[in-house]
Amino acid sequence: MTRDWVPLLLIPVVAALALPLVGSPTSWVTLTVAGLAMGLMIFIMASGLTLTFGLMDVLNFGHGAFIAVGAFVAASVMLALAPWMTADSLWLNLAAVGPAVLAAMAVSGALGWGFERVIVRPVYGQHLRQILVTTGGLIVAEQLLKVVWGPDQITLARPTALRGAFLLGDVAIEKYRVLAVLIGLAVFAALALTLNRTRLGLLIRAGVENGEMVEALGYRIRRLFVGVFVAGSALAGLGGAMWGLYQETVTAAVGAQVAVLVFIVVIIGGLGSVGGCFIGALLVGLTANYVGFLAPKVALGSNILLMALILLWRPQGLYPVAKR
Amino acid sequence: MPEALLSLRGVRTNIGRYHILHGVEFDVLEGGLTMLLGRNGAGKTTTLRTIMGLWRAAAGEIRFAGRDITGLPTPDIARLGIAYVPESMAIFADLTVQENLVLAARSGPPDRQRLDWIFGRFEALKRFWTLPAGHLSGGQKQMLAVARAIVEPRRLLLIDEPTKGLAPAIIANMIDAFRELKDGATSLLVVEQNFAFARQLGDSVAVMDDGKVAHSGGMAAFAADTGLQQHLLGLGMGEHQ
Repeated sequence: MTRDWVPLLLIPVVAALALPLVGSPTSWVTLTVAGLAMGLMIFIMASGLTLTFGLMDVLNFGHGAFIAVGAFVAASVMLALAPWMTADSLWLNLAAVGPAVLAAMAVSGALGWGFERVIVRPVYGQHLRQILVTTGGLIVAEQLLKVVWGPDQITLARPTALRGAFLLGDVAIEKYRVLAVLIGLAVFAALALTLNRTRLGLLIRAGVENGEMVEALGYRIRRLFVGVFVAGSALAGLGGAMWGLYQETVTAAVGAQVAVLVFIVVIIGGLGSVGGCFIGALLVGLTANYVGFLAPKVALGSNILLMALILLWRPQGLYPVAKR
Repeated sequence: MPEALLSLRGVRTNIGRYHILHGVEFDVLEGGLTMLLGRNGAGKTTTLRTIMGLWRAAAGEIRFAGRDITGLPTPDIARLGIAYVPESMAIFADLTVQENLVLAARSGPPDRQRLDWIFGRFEALKRFWTLPAGHLSGGQKQMLAVARAIVEPRRLLLIDEPTKGLAPAIIANMIDAFRELKDGATSLLVVEQNFAFARQLGDSVAVMDDGKVAHSGGMAAFAADTGLQQHLLGLGMGEHQ
């Protein structure tokens, strides 16, 4: 994806700097795994957003709606299959989680398709209107979630197989976080392979750089954009489902809350860059966990500070996409 | 007498509140090379972009191979067999040279013979095949932009200032390439500021002034009429060499 390795080094550097500050190696390992898991979940939610911005310069502030819908749909399926979730059989757990995740992705993807047609398409090329109308879309979606699922938060217990932790000596690593890391890495690998090894990926990368020229070569960029928008919405739904299980609660405000982190990650990474988004997400996840442990009172502002520092270093983000 | 492959009639283009083209009319003949000349700001680039559908014609008609293409979406125009090399070159800097050409070859992997022919003209592209295009020099980027347009046979090439900033040796290669393309039944419409280049290559010429075609006809006659050149292009005698 890129040959500039310096931003990638930030991840081990941040982790290494945190080790003496945290003091205890066991706490450090736990925090690092938690940070990676959190970061990879944010990456899953952010990857579609960065590509849609890169392809069509669309600022979609309503992306959080897909996250929230994914979380609610997955929660509904898992609650409906509660006996399988609480069973001691891994296969029954998977039989509940699998359909829940697929349903979350399908519904969020379908919502993304409708959102693009109804809300985004009329405001192509008009950034101010995009911000207003997509923010409005998020607010409407949030209220609709309250209408459908009620205003109260939904408590969501993880399936039996994903409760508890692996013990490596004195270090306890939550099973769910390990799974989140594995899924996040799998999504990143799939995206990287698609973008770098397929003709579709070639088109997306070229379109992010110069959509007009891609059209002049005979490709319909809008059709490509809709596809990427739907795929990005589905990934946001997957991320929302994972986030719900991570927090073990789901509220209508989850989309707006997580969207803040998602936007920070997209900006840090460089608008349109999946590789930058991946590194940005890991940095945000690690920073949030280390700072949350060391100085809980400044945890909320740590990601903003991280973004400010990175933009001072690279004003276009870690991997700015060469634009026309 | 060859048929007109491309014809523009009364084409008007507005960009925002500005009226750029005021009824452009000219033909590009089948198998011919038409030079579109004119001073800066005369509307040459706008004309090419309007033909490609990148800017919409507000009025008038653009016909390609007998078909009205005014208002067609850009991809549909490209799929009719028209390739476009913009003045900015618009190469994909994050993609390798190879990926740029693979993407431009819509019908499948680039033909090996065709690639060898391109490498024969633009050797640097072979040398830097796997290098991101953003790392190429300005001249090499121009070669890539032209190569991308010709990696597959097209009926019409629209090329905006291909020689801008190029070394003479590369310009000579480009002249050869364009001649060979023309011999292979490709028609070309080339915007050019370099009159020496235009005179060597063009069969016909359309000279734009203030958003209109002020003169069109054969290149030989235009090249011989220094008064007309002086009037339309502001060329002095020294620039004819």
